Amino acid sequence: MSNQNNRGDTLYRELILEHWKNPQNYGVLEIADIDVSDVNPFCGDEIRVTARVKNNKIAQIAFTSTGCAVSKASASLFTEEIKGKTRKEIQTITSQNVLDLLTIELTPTRRKCALLIYAVVKRFLSSAEKVDELRSPK
Amino acid sequence: MSNDFPNRKDDFPIFKTFRELVYLDSASTSQKPHSVIAAVADFYKKKNANTHRGIYKLAEEATEAYENVRDLVAQFINANKREEIIFTGNVNQSINLVAHGWGRKFLKQGDIIVLSEMEHHANIVPWLRLKEEIGVELIFLPIIEDGRLDDKILMPERSRRQNSSTLRQPADRSEKKIDVNKIKLVALTHISNVLGTINPIEEVTAFLKKQNPGIKILIDAAQSVAHIPLDVKKLKCDFLVFSGHKMLGPTGVGVLWAKEFLLEKMDPLFVGSHMIKSVTKEKAIFTDLPEKFEVGTGNLEGVVGLGAAIKYLQSIGMEKIMAHDHELTQYALNKLQALPYLTMHGPQTADNRIGIFSFEIPKVHPHDIAQILDNRYIAIRSGHHCCQVLMQTLGVTATARASFYLYNTKEDIDRLVDGIESVKKILKI
Repeated sequence: MSNQNNRGDTLYRELILEHWKNPQNYGVLEIADIDVSDVNPFCGDEIRVTARVKNNKIAQIAFTSTGCAVSKASASLFTEEIKGKTRKEIQTITSQNVLDLLTIELTPTRRKCALLIYAVVKRFLSSAEKVDELRSPK
Repeated sequence: MSNDFPNRKDDFPIFKTFRELVYLDSASTSQKPHSVIAAVADFYKKKNANTHRGIYKLAEEATEAYENVRDLVAQFINANKREEIIFTGNVNQSINLVAHGWGRKFLKQGDIIVLSEMEHHANIVPWLRLKEEIGVELIFLPIIEDGRLDDKILMPERSRRQNSSTLRQPADRSEKKIDVNKIKLVALTHISNVLGTINPIEEVTAFLKKQNPGIKILIDAAQSVAHIPLDVKKLKCDFLVFSGHKMLGPTGVGVLWAKEFLLEKMDPLFVGSHMIKSVTKEKAIFTDLPEKFEVGTGNLEGVVGLGAAIKYLQSIGMEKIMAHDHELTQYALNKLQALPYLTMHGPQTADNRIGIFSFEIPKVHPHDIAQILDNRYIAIRSGHHCCQVLMQTLGVTATARASFYLYNTKEDIDRLVDGIESVKKILKI
């Protein structure tokens, strides 16, 4: 435990609060090529991602989440980041890249909150592979 | 604090290490007093040897230290015999032992086990497995709006709370009359680890045993053992389980108490060394109680530490601990109810409840509440508290939970309230 008072409040800086209160890409796509969900076993928070793939790229993406501010802000920033990207481009993104988007220091427990969206998208990439095969011109 | 209950933080070294710490997670695990830490260290310094069957003096002393705690536990819960005290690893292991050793052996398809919606996973999952394995039926007693047990489904003519509506009324629960003759086990938590509710176990057991004397009663005393005096004779139960670590003892020691005739008939969950009379190439003959259920080398220093914890609790007196808890509960209820934006789960009065408070701030995730409180050295828990069935009933995925114990003070509650107030400021809501 550090002695610095109210340490860690900087976690809730403007960027995080903004994306928590007004998350980008929040919702469920009615027509979706990809529909994946995951649960953070430590807290039971659920996240669902739906997406449309066009020309081998993420054309539309949406998420819903019952998670904390860190989890929601991370999902908002990350879905913005990967919109318009191809599967291969997304595959090069590391977990550290995701944490960097948040521009805050996280404890190991809170890192799990931030990376829940990343875990879901990783799973969605494997289903995107199938979508690619379906959609790529013969 | 009142004069007859001084601030006890000095007895707990963690509060010397972290002077600012406001520890409000005792429902999860308690802090440990000097005497418990010293007892564990002293065992290794002065008594360390394997117990039982040792001829040399040190082994005899280790055995004596370990077995003395069995007497102490038996006395603490008013058990008839020391042989009825089985040391396990924790509550989960104790319940698994009952589910395997008694449930799996004696229950059959269609038999009913009654639980409640406020059970910890420790008292749900072993029974769910029995449901899968042998087809027993599980019935969950609902809870009513103030977070108390709705037992009218079992005690229709004694419905004390007819005016209260149940929180959720799924179709399959519609006033279905349960065949009391099919009930073989009622397994209930004594005190909810989320709501703080003290369940009227004595009333429920007395009523059920009258209806059907064959019903066995298991009490999950994980929370109650630390907060209120326990007496297995008054509770009229058949099995009682608890862990040492929530009552100031070391982690890794649990207790199963059961009536001797039940233990005699039960199968051990684990078999191997230490629990046998003789072993040949063909057959092993198990030994007598209580060793029959204690396989391998035990958690010797942990059991000895539990003994020191019981002595510490007895030196204060469980009645006094209960009174202190009640005073804190009343104080905290007044303070927390004064925050208009706070959603509080659980009983809204201090009657039959202990200092465990689950709360929410609308639109704020409990993780964020816990994080902002931690920034102020206030340790609370956030999550489902191993009670996902209860979370489903409450319609939430998680709650923030503050829980008190004998070292907490009114100042700690003031700090908690200040911390909660700061959540809104930090999150700008």
